[in-house]
Amino acid sequence: MRMVKRRYVLKFPPKSGDKPLSYVLVKDYDIRINILKAEVVPGKRGNLLLELQGRQTNITQGINYLKSQQIECTPLDKTITLEQDKCIHCGNCTAVCFAGALTMHPETWELQFDKSKCIVCELCLKACPLNLFEIDFHDDAE
Amino acid sequence: MKTYHEINEKIRKGQAVVVTAEEVAAMAREASPEEIAEKVDVVTTATFGAMCSSGAFINFGHADPQIRMEKIRLNGVPAYEGLAAVDTYIGATAVHPDNPIYGGAHVIEELISGKDVVLEAWGKGTDCYPRKHIKTVINKNSVNEMFMFNPRNAYQNYNVAVNTTSSTKYTYMGTLLPNLRNATYSTSGELSPLLNDPEFRTIGIGTRIFIGGTTGYVVWPGTQFNTSKPKNELGVPVSNAATIAVIGNMKNMSSEFIKAAYYERYGVSMFIGIGIPIPILDADMARRVSINNSQIETSVLDYGTVGTPKLGQVTYEQLRSGTIKVNGKKVRTAPVASLSKARHIAALLKNQIQKGEFMLQQPVELFPENTSLNSLQEIDPESKGGAL
Repeated sequence: MRMVKRRYVLKFPPKSGDKPLSYVLVKDYDIRINILKAEVVPGKRGNLLLELQGRQTNITQGINYLKSQQIECTPLDKTITLEQDKCIHCGNCTAVCFAGALTMHPETWELQFDKSKCIVCELCLKACPLNLFEIDFHDDAE
Repeated sequence: MKTYHEINEKIRKGQAVVVTAEEVAAMAREASPEEIAEKVDVVTTATFGAMCSSGAFINFGHADPQIRMEKIRLNGVPAYEGLAAVDTYIGATAVHPDNPIYGGAHVIEELISGKDVVLEAWGKGTDCYPRKHIKTVINKNSVNEMFMFNPRNAYQNYNVAVNTTSSTKYTYMGTLLPNLRNATYSTSGELSPLLNDPEFRTIGIGTRIFIGGTTGYVVWPGTQFNTSKPKNELGVPVSNAATIAVIGNMKNMSSEFIKAAYYERYGVSMFIGIGIPIPILDADMARRVSINNSQIETSVLDYGTVGTPKLGQVTYEQLRSGTIKVNGKKVRTAPVASLSKARHIAALLKNQIQKGEFMLQQPVELFPENTSLNSLQEIDPESKGGAL
């Protein structure tokens, strides 16, 4: 089975600090956990940026377990995808792309999408009159 | 001097010299208008942009028993009901009442691409049209006629849109970020049809054109046709000026050249591909089509402020460079109409003329000169003495 890495931002409600969450993830779901960033204030909300490594099905189930514990889980692996074959190269998306990921080729005037520059600000989603951009939550698999 | 007849004879024999407006602008760096007039017979121009004032006439054919359609919906989008029993006009910007991102333009694009569309219509029932309701499916093969009739297309030049306010503005010129953080422009510049014949010597009523992938015609000056806008020293207007009304058989169109669009917090519109051939009758026409992006100027308007005040004037060369200066600030530019699609159309039309498949049509009547626009006055009907 293929191992994947997924990044999630976890938001904890005030009373969840006493549960052995990471123990459950490791023991019950066989997920390797890497804490990339933590902001926890006792008695208040806490935020955690986790990298989870394991089988996709286990990660999905582990995240579902966390959600059942009233923990908000937001994937950070989202990327923007474009239905390139339907693009008419009007340029509307380049007007809002400050990261410089979406640009017009200076000779052909066709749209170029450099995903490595995309910061997932999502402004292109609403700027495209043909609605060709989508957020993809399941990319970056290793 | 060449006549339409002479140029068409050359086209028929496959001997016409045809270039695009971009190619002739490049030629003009070294050749004089006289030399170009000698060498070139036809110059092709094109545009592919969102043109809101567009729509389609459709005749559905009669059902048995017959119905006088007095309320009509196509995939839920309202279509005009005041045209006899089974005729309608569906406007590109009409929207589905429960799904405002879907509108007339989407229905038109789906009909062109051969998809089925749900027609639902109601009538009160008359002695000669007894039926009161019908719900059925139509498509391009089932309807008798469907032709696009667009009252205002292919604007001669268009403004650059910016936003000086502190909040984002959602417009038909795209998303305008606050504090002059972007500028959008629409025209295909030196390739744009009406900028290459600014005084309408060859584009008039009856001119044969490329529209939506098929052959169509200019049928009238477009609505808001305005010849009184300020012009630069080359006689080219520096803001949106003249327009054309056009017609074309939608049964022969392709969805490659007609695309439905939805603009956030604005509404539905439709991208339309139009190409117009310009006969090089003489050196004056050669001089007109030789114009390049550095010689075409347009106005920068603040779409964030009521009355859209003018903030400056720039050339298409500056717009294409990626940045312009507005109020002393460097502003990033972006197009909102497709130059690559316009080039594709200009090349297609060039090819059709070279192969003798597209003949030029001399206008049967020229456009009016010296037109200007009225604005809508607010008059209290009661003040007219109740005679209304």
